[in-house]
Amino acid sequence: MSHLLEVKGLTTVFTGDYGKNITVDHIDFHVDEGEVVCIVGESGCGKSVTSLSIMGLLGKGGAVIDGSVFFDGRNLLSMSEKELDKIRGDQLTMIFQDPLTSLNPVFTVGKQITESIKAHMHLSGKEADARAKMLLEKVGMPDARGVMKKYPHVLSGGMRQRVMIAMALSCNPKLLIADEPTTALDVTIQAQIMELLGKLQRETGMSMILITHDIGLVANMADRVFVMYAGQMIEEASVEELFERPVHPYTRALLDTVPTIRDDAGRRLVSIPGIVPESYDNIKGCRFADRCKYRRPECDMPQEDYEFGEGHRAKCIVMKEELTGGN
Amino acid sequence: MRKKINQQKLIKDIANESYFQTVLRRFCHHHLAVVSLMILILLGGAALLAPVIAPYSPDEIVGPFSGAPSKEFWLGTDQIGRDVFSRILYAMRISLLVGIMATLISTVVGVVLGLIAGYFGGIADMAIMRFTDMVMSFPYILLVLVAAAIFKPGLWNIILILGFVDWPGIARLVRGNVLNLRETNFVKGNIVAGMPLRHILFSEILPNTVAPILVYATSVLALSMLDEAALSFLGQGVQPPTASLGNMLNGAQSLTVLTKQPWLWIPPGLLIIVLVMAINFIGDALRDALDPNSNR
Repeated sequence: MSHLLEVKGLTTVFTGDYGKNITVDHIDFHVDEGEVVCIVGESGCGKSVTSLSIMGLLGKGGAVIDGSVFFDGRNLLSMSEKELDKIRGDQLTMIFQDPLTSLNPVFTVGKQITESIKAHMHLSGKEADARAKMLLEKVGMPDARGVMKKYPHVLSGGMRQRVMIAMALSCNPKLLIADEPTTALDVTIQAQIMELLGKLQRETGMSMILITHDIGLVANMADRVFVMYAGQMIEEASVEELFERPVHPYTRALLDTVPTIRDDAGRRLVSIPGIVPESYDNIKGCRFADRCKYRRPECDMPQEDYEFGEGHRAKCIVMKEELTGGN
Repeated sequence: MRKKINQQKLIKDIANESYFQTVLRRFCHHHLAVVSLMILILLGGAALLAPVIAPYSPDEIVGPFSGAPSKEFWLGTDQIGRDVFSRILYAMRISLLVGIMATLISTVVGVVLGLIAGYFGGIADMAIMRFTDMVMSFPYILLVLVAAAIFKPGLWNIILILGFVDWPGIARLVRGNVLNLRETNFVKGNIVAGMPLRHILFSEILPNTVAPILVYATSVLALSMLDEAALSFLGQGVQPPTASLGNMLNGAQSLTVLTKQPWLWIPPGLLIIVLVMAINFIGDALRDALDPNSNR
C-alpha cells in the first residue's frame, strides 16, 4: 500500500558563515492516511527543519541536498513553486509554533481566513464568509461572527492558535503538520488545543504530523512516534511499544525525565547529562554515544536501523546485542 | 458610580473601535498637528480654488510697477505690475503640485524597489541597494541642477527630477521592513496557504509597512517643496511667467527688492515656511498615531 507521505533519505544542509552544517541527516519516515505521527526530540535536533523541508519553506541558506518527499505519489521536492502552491494550503498545510506572530496584524481575522478559502475553493465572498464562521465555531470560538471582525492583537494566544487551526483546516487538508502548536501557550490552554486537534483529526480523518519536544503530549495523540536526535531518526515505534519497551538509550533517558504523579516525593528530576553535539557532521558512530551510559567500542561504528519487532526500529547496536543476542 | 460606568463604557468603546478610529483619536492628541492640518486644508483649498478666489489673472499686468500693498492690490504688485496676491495663490498650486507629484513618484519607485530588494534578496538586493547608495552619495543639489540643465527646466521636468532623486530613503526603509516581515510566521503561513507571490508582496507585506512609508512621505513632501523653491530661486526650476513660491522669491536676489519691497518676498517665503512646518508636524503626529506598539 502506498503511503500518503513518504520521506526517504531526506538530507537538509544549512550553509552559514562557518561552512556547511547538516541539520537533517538521511531521515526516512512515512505517514498513512488518517494516522497521527509524532516526531519527538529536544531543541535543535532538526524537527522543525524536517517539517520546513517538506513544505519547501527553508528560506535563505537552507537546502535539501538529498532524498525525496512523496506526497500522494508526487515528489514535492521536484515541483515548481506554482505546482507547490496548488498543494500547499489545499491538501498539505501547517501550523506554526508561535501563534502570536502567525496572523497578519493589519487585517481582521475574518479577512485572513476567507482569503485562503477564496483562493483554493473558488467560493464567492458570502460562501467563504459562511465557511469561515463555520470553521471558527468548529474550533470552539464563542461568538464567531464577532471574532471575524476583530484584529489579531485583541485575541489571546490560545484564541489565535484556534484561528490558525481554523485557517489550516479551511480547505479540508489531507495532511496537517503541527510544529509545536502549543509551545507558546499556557499549560491549561495547551491541553485544550491538543484536545481540539485530536477531536478535529478524528472528525475529519486527516493525517497529522505532530512535532513536539514534550513526550507527554505524544502519549494521548499519536499512533506512531519517531524520536529524533542530532538530525537522525534514532527510534521508530508505535506509541504503546515506545512507552512499554523503549529501546534506544536516548529514548529511555527521555522517558525517565518525565515526572509522573506516582513518583516518590523524594525523587529528583532526572536530566540527561551532556549536551547535543553542536556539529555532528564528522561523528561517524552513534551521535548519542558521548552521553550514553551503555557506551561500548561498537558505538563508534556507523549505526544502522535495527529491527526490534513489528514496526519498531532503533539505531543502537548495543541494545540489539543485549536484547536479541546479536541476531 | 456613574463615573465608573462611563469609564467602563469608554474602555469598551476603545476596545471596539476600528484601526482608523484609533489612529484618528491618537492624532487628535497632537494639537499642533491638528492646527497644522487645518492650516494645510485652508491653504490647499485656497490653492485649489485659486481661479475663483484670485482677484486678477496671475500673469497679466494689471497695476503699477512695484506698487506697495493697497486696498486694490492686497499684497502689492511686482516689478512688472502683476498682482502679488493672485500670483501667490497660483504659485501655491504649482508648489503643492510639484511636492505631491514628486512624492508620489518617489514613493512608488522606492516602494517597488524596496519590496523587490527586501523580499528576493541576493543579486536583486545587491544591485538595487548599490544603485540606491550611488544615488544617495551623489551631491544632491548638484545632481538636480545638472538634470535640470540637461532636461530643460520646466514644471513636469522638475517633478520628474525631484521624483527620481527622492526615492532612495523610501527604498531603504521599505527594504528594512520587508526583511523583517519576510521572516514572520504570517508570511510563511501565506506561502503554506499557497497564496501567489503578488498577493504576499502587495496584500500582506505592503500594508504592514504603510505607516512608516506614510510618515516618511510627509517629509519627502516637505523636502521636495523646499527643493522646488530652491531650484526655482536659482532659475533652474519652474520658469516664468508661471508663478511658483520659489521663483517669486527670485526677485529677492536684487538688493532693492530685498530692502525696499518686502511685500514681494515676505509672503511667499512665509508660505513656504508655514507649509513645510505644517506638513512636518502632521508627519510627526502620524508617526505616533500609526505606531501599532503605542498603547495610548
